[in-house]
Amino acid sequence: MAHAAHTDNDVHSDRPSIFNPWRWLNSTNHKDIGTMYLIFAIVAGLVGGGMSGLMRWELMEPGIQVFNGGMWGDAHNYNVVITMHGLIMIFFMVMPALIGGFGNWFVPIMIGAPDMAFPRMNNISFWLMPASLALGVLSTFVPGTGSGNGFGGSWVLYPPLSTSGHPGPAMDLLILSLHIAGISSILGSINFITTILNMRAPGMTMFKMPLFVWAIFYTVWLLVLSLPVLAGALTMLLTDRNFGTGFFDPAQGGDPVMFQHLFWFFGHPEVYILILPGFGIVSQIISTFSKKPVFGYLGMVFAMGMIGFVGFIVWAHHMFTVGMDVNLKAYFVAATMVIAVPTGIKIFSWIATMWGGSIRFSVPMMWAIGFIFVFTIGGVTGVALANSSFDVIVHDTYYVVAHFHYTMSLGAVFTIFAGFYYWLPKMSGYKYNSFLGTVHFWLTFIGVNTVFFPQHFLGLQGMPRRYVDYAEVFAYFNKISTIGYVITAVGVLVFLLMLLECFIMKRKAGNNPWGDGADTLEWTLSSPPPFHQFSEPPVFEDKGGH
Amino acid sequence: MKLIDYAKNIGLLATIALMTNVNIVQAAEGPVDKGITLQPAASEVAHDIASFHNAVLMPVMVGISLLVLVLLIYVGIKFNEKANPKPATFTHNVPLEIAWTAVPVLILIFIAIFSFPLLYKEDVTPAKFDLTVKVTGNQWYWSYEYPDADGISLTANMLSEEEAKAQNKPFQFATDAALVVPVNKVVRVQITASDVIHSWALPAFGVKIDAVPGTLNETWFKAERTGTFYGQCSEICGIRHAFMPIEIKVVTDTEYAAWLASHKTADASPVQLAQAQ
Repeated sequence: MAHAAHTDNDVHSDRPSIFNPWRWLNSTNHKDIGTMYLIFAIVAGLVGGGMSGLMRWELMEPGIQVFNGGMWGDAHNYNVVITMHGLIMIFFMVMPALIGGFGNWFVPIMIGAPDMAFPRMNNISFWLMPASLALGVLSTFVPGTGSGNGFGGSWVLYPPLSTSGHPGPAMDLLILSLHIAGISSILGSINFITTILNMRAPGMTMFKMPLFVWAIFYTVWLLVLSLPVLAGALTMLLTDRNFGTGFFDPAQGGDPVMFQHLFWFFGHPEVYILILPGFGIVSQIISTFSKKPVFGYLGMVFAMGMIGFVGFIVWAHHMFTVGMDVNLKAYFVAATMVIAVPTGIKIFSWIATMWGGSIRFSVPMMWAIGFIFVFTIGGVTGVALANSSFDVIVHDTYYVVAHFHYTMSLGAVFTIFAGFYYWLPKMSGYKYNSFLGTVHFWLTFIGVNTVFFPQHFLGLQGMPRRYVDYAEVFAYFNKISTIGYVITAVGVLVFLLMLLECFIMKRKAGNNPWGDGADTLEWTLSSPPPFHQFSEPPVFEDKGGH
Repeated sequence: MKLIDYAKNIGLLATIALMTNVNIVQAAEGPVDKGITLQPAASEVAHDIASFHNAVLMPVMVGISLLVLVLLIYVGIKFNEKANPKPATFTHNVPLEIAWTAVPVLILIFIAIFSFPLLYKEDVTPAKFDLTVKVTGNQWYWSYEYPDADGISLTANMLSEEEAKAQNKPFQFATDAALVVPVNKVVRVQITASDVIHSWALPAFGVKIDAVPGTLNETWFKAERTGTFYGQCSEICGIRHAFMPIEIKVVTDTEYAAWLASHKTADASPVQLAQAQ
């Protein structure tokens, strides 16, 4: 691609101490804010991952062992845990890591900008997140329904379970939490759109931008277009609950299914919000470690755009059993299956990028290749589920749980780790221990596949999701699934060990630890980059890669 | 449908190849221990769904996954640093790009050929149906009414573990009142809920329909053999979501008539009985 003729490697002396709290509270620096997002995501990921541990512990055997009225509460608390697991992983782990973390860190650098367009808004975008998480966590400690604390209606928040079904204040706190998370994301998105459109260095035309920047650009557009719809639906829930409106109350002429339409009009683009930045990261990594430019750059850009666009017109495939008209179902079947085409283009283009390359199996590359494989599995089961005729038999079963965890818990999370191992030397300035990274990869790869692959079988056999207890007949694969969780958890410990080792050993990474293939602008800077980079815009020369 | 039969064999082979160490033979009704396939079908629609899954979707899914896996392994061996120290520089191959856009489209069309007729078949209630049952979802039990046989209504609560054991029924599936329907009759199901959303699922019949308060949803099934079949609530509905199963007993016409008679209030008309036959 392009490379900088001018680099700005002088370390400014105005970098405050990391122990100065004002550096973080008042930060307007995109790299510091990105770091805070990443730390926030790691903490939230450990909490959300711990919640999966509670679920797998409960589901290890038939019968109720954990949520039996003892210290972990009862079946309602199980429902609260599945709800919070979903919300935390989506809003407080994957989004902050990919968009707030890597987006903040590398979008300005990759386009040759000194910082984000609105640095103070960037600050508030981040600091709304802990407030939002605090409200969400608080909701689990206040009355929800009956004698139970917290909201136990799953992250989809369907009324009437989220209105008359949970009269306590827990649901109100959760609504406010999501409102604040939404505001944070919208502010962040406005910032990215403005930055990408206006602050590219001379010569950096839109179609010379690295694919990661394109991925973030599409993602933030999806956010600004879909989040207001969620905000509207949440506000209607709030007024239904507190001010006597009846948007979703059939007794007042409302319709509970209308909420589902609004929710999934947001919710489906949301799942592409979670995966598109990962597509971008994987493209950078595959190209870097194949030492070859990305195959079919334009095709990749348009494929992501098409995925984003089609993502807005397929939402009701989440609702095939609500009693929709059959012609409407047929439309949503057709529209949903179309998404397989641009997704296939991306998978094959990544493989074509590797084809003829000189591949180095570094840690980030293993995560990226692992991603391609698990995302393919999640993709093909997605095509199956797109068919309403088949979906009806596995809808709301573990088949769906397996499908979306293959795209999210394996797909999106693999891209996060890929990006983390790719950019950790740049962000920290230190090399990590590749052996620990490799062990982390294999433990995670084996672990998560053991967790989720058997869940396909459970779903085909008819085991419904969101069940605190299940019949004896489903015991075998549930046990295997829980064993997989333990393997994954050991992987997480290795990850933390890797981080610790990296920061204790302090092996200098140098500007570019990855060699010739790493040709985007961040590798022209020192590691870690100067506190303020590109005070004069870098100048590009096109190497004619595409 | 010869094509379906042919493809079914391929699908079965692929399934066996994929999961060699797991027994796929199923004898009993409902889910089986270590089962990896769909439950045994008990209606034509469920058979069609199973064929669609086993013969159309599975080969496509397994084929694409294996193709990607093989390609990844191949590039890993052929184009790693040692085997290929000097990377190529190509970034385009128009025929290839057209191919991997067009071929998936063809595969999707192939899937759609089977998917759409099945969608309409399972969704649209046949104009000539034999009886109607009304299902209502409640926190946390199902209630059933037979509008054709006035007066009959049932409330189905899950049996406790001891009760289930005593009656030799599967715990967490069995209820204290099964929905009774005649075999080989088109049963129209009308469904609503009294509090929050529930979902009425009967995997053996390929039926799943949400019970939405304020809405009367409709689906149908035609059981092809007698027996007892089970389903479970499939939309989260609160603390006892996992404990409101569905039990349905499919009986012969004479048994059904006898059952109706035994449940009937004194003045029920015989017309519905005649209809049922």
